[in-house]
Amino acid sequence: MATRHDDASVYERIEADDRFRELRRRFRSWVFPMTAAFLAWYLLYVALSGWARDLMAVKVLGNVNVALVLGLLQFVSTFLIAWAYSRYAARRLDPLAGEIRAEAEHEAERERA
Amino acid sequence: MTHQALSTTLFLLFVAGTLAITFWASRNTRNATDFYAGGRSFSGVQNGMAIGGDYMSAASFLGIAGIIALSGYDGFLYSIGFLVAWLVALLLVAELMRNSGKFTMADVLAFRMSPRPVRTAAGVSTITVSIFYLLAQMVGAGALVGLLLGITSPAGKALTIVGVGLLMIVYVVVGGMKGTTWVQIVKAVLLMGGATLVTLLVLGKYGFNVSALLGDAAARSGKGGQFLIPGLKYGTAAQGVAGKIDLISLGLALVLGTAGLPHILIRFYTVPTAREARRSVLWGIGIIGVFYLLTLTLGFGAAALVGGKAIAAQDKAGNTAAPQLAQAVGEQIFGEVGGTILLAVIAAVAFATILAVVAGLTLASSSSFAHDLYAHVFKRGEVTEGEEILVARISAFVIGAVAIGLGILAQGQNVAFLVALAFAVAASGNLPAILYSLFWRRFNTAGAVSAIYGGLVSALLLVVFSPVVSGGPTALFPDADFAWFPLSNPGVVSIPLGFLAGFVGTRLSKENNPAKYAEIEVRSLTGVGAEQATPH
Repeated sequence: MATRHDDASVYERIEADDRFRELRRRFRSWVFPMTAAFLAWYLLYVALSGWARDLMAVKVLGNVNVALVLGLLQFVSTFLIAWAYSRYAARRLDPLAGEIRAEAEHEAERERA
Repeated sequence: MTHQALSTTLFLLFVAGTLAITFWASRNTRNATDFYAGGRSFSGVQNGMAIGGDYMSAASFLGIAGIIALSGYDGFLYSIGFLVAWLVALLLVAELMRNSGKFTMADVLAFRMSPRPVRTAAGVSTITVSIFYLLAQMVGAGALVGLLLGITSPAGKALTIVGVGLLMIVYVVVGGMKGTTWVQIVKAVLLMGGATLVTLLVLGKYGFNVSALLGDAAARSGKGGQFLIPGLKYGTAAQGVAGKIDLISLGLALVLGTAGLPHILIRFYTVPTAREARRSVLWGIGIIGVFYLLTLTLGFGAAALVGGKAIAAQDKAGNTAAPQLAQAVGEQIFGEVGGTILLAVIAAVAFATILAVVAGLTLASSSSFAHDLYAHVFKRGEVTEGEEILVARISAFVIGAVAIGLGILAQGQNVAFLVALAFAVAASGNLPAILYSLFWRRFNTAGAVSAIYGGLVSALLLVVFSPVVSGGPTALFPDADFAWFPLSNPGVVSIPLGFLAGFVGTRLSKENNPAKYAEIEVRSLTGVGAEQATPH
């Protein structure tokens, strides 16, 4: 059965804890700017598709043009961001989250005993 | 053996196999967690494949390949929006939802709010989005059978829709989330296999010279150099500025819609931990990304090897470009028999694709009806688990029947329009409420309710008054004209309106519960108190 914490003050205690604040800072400082960046890059690409068709038509290699290269770069950036996030999360988020979780569950056990 | 007989045989094999899996899964479906979330016992890899199976719909496979085959580069814009959208799900939604929710999207929204109004709003929005999406797939099934199996009479198409509908009801009612997930995994493997095979044959024919393939595609499309740059379908010169803003609107709806689709959100509950949820999205991104690269080749390949004229002659919207390409490339390499076999294989895969997606949608909407509306709103949480699952199964029947009925009535409607509408409604009605719930301390009941209804209603109303419903020869009602909204996709207006409604609604209400926000914040980031997998 799931460990239940109906007492909200446990969560408020954790939320005020420095390690939790650090976890939240690490999460948000990576995820928020990255979201802004990939959305801006995507919207730039959509805008270029609408307004810069002469640029998009420039041929790069044979019949492969800028439009196709930019589109494929969206794939590349998506794969890279996903991979970078998984590395960042495994190194900088998971250990800290696990530590806080283990402690909270330990504490709940003790309270029940 | 004709290709029709062969495809029917292959498809029946798929049906027999997946039904066997479904009945096997039903023996391990004992409680609500099993029925709604597959016991949370799927691995990240399995769920990643199921995400692919759930997401790669007929619109993705047949629709995008068709748009690329007929209008060239513009179809690729769809693929890119559909793929980049997964970063929103990966970074902002998947893990946090897994940690703080239980069975449905509303679990996260109602966490720190007054549950009944919020669950009602979320249930209404879940069922609306799912029905639009379901309708599109059902219409697609009817169109496909006409073209692939030679059944063209309205009665024959209606019968096909009834058949697809009954199968999807069986998957969901009998197998619940476990059965549905396995159907989606099997389908993902078949679809990736089929698409890879045809792509390799096409590229092989061109000696893996992509430039030569593109050159042929442009030449045989009948559109020339325009075929390889944006602008043949969206934001054309004739449409002026409105067309270009419409392009932005479509782009926004696609990139923000995915993380608000209920049938995608419930997939995050099928894994044991947030880390597995992350891993499943990574696998999903890999599978879906590769798949869209395959459809790009299929689309250009169809233009090059089948030709724009032959594709448009078979289906105006190009929905049969991929199967036509399979036949053409098979014939050119292996002779007539090869063409017949490949066509049959791809046709059967297309049916499997539709079946897996409609099962996911039916599960999402019946779960929301039983868990949100019945158990929490009507019964105020006083309901046994067995009763709730029974209601979920009954509502799968009802929603399935509604989808069958609407699917028959909507025959001949544009499939892509319905899917894009589902994305716009999900991005406007669901995403603002989800993001505010997870990240904004001050967010409250009034905010959640106004975000959902504000986004949902504005998206729907703008579509009603858009050129897709009236005021033109391609509209739903070509003879009427009440289209005062110039864009065919409402996203660029309705998504900001959803966010704004949530903000204003929150500010106008005094309700403020920082203690509950502390709980959702700690739970979502650390996994403390998260729902566990059921041991079997």
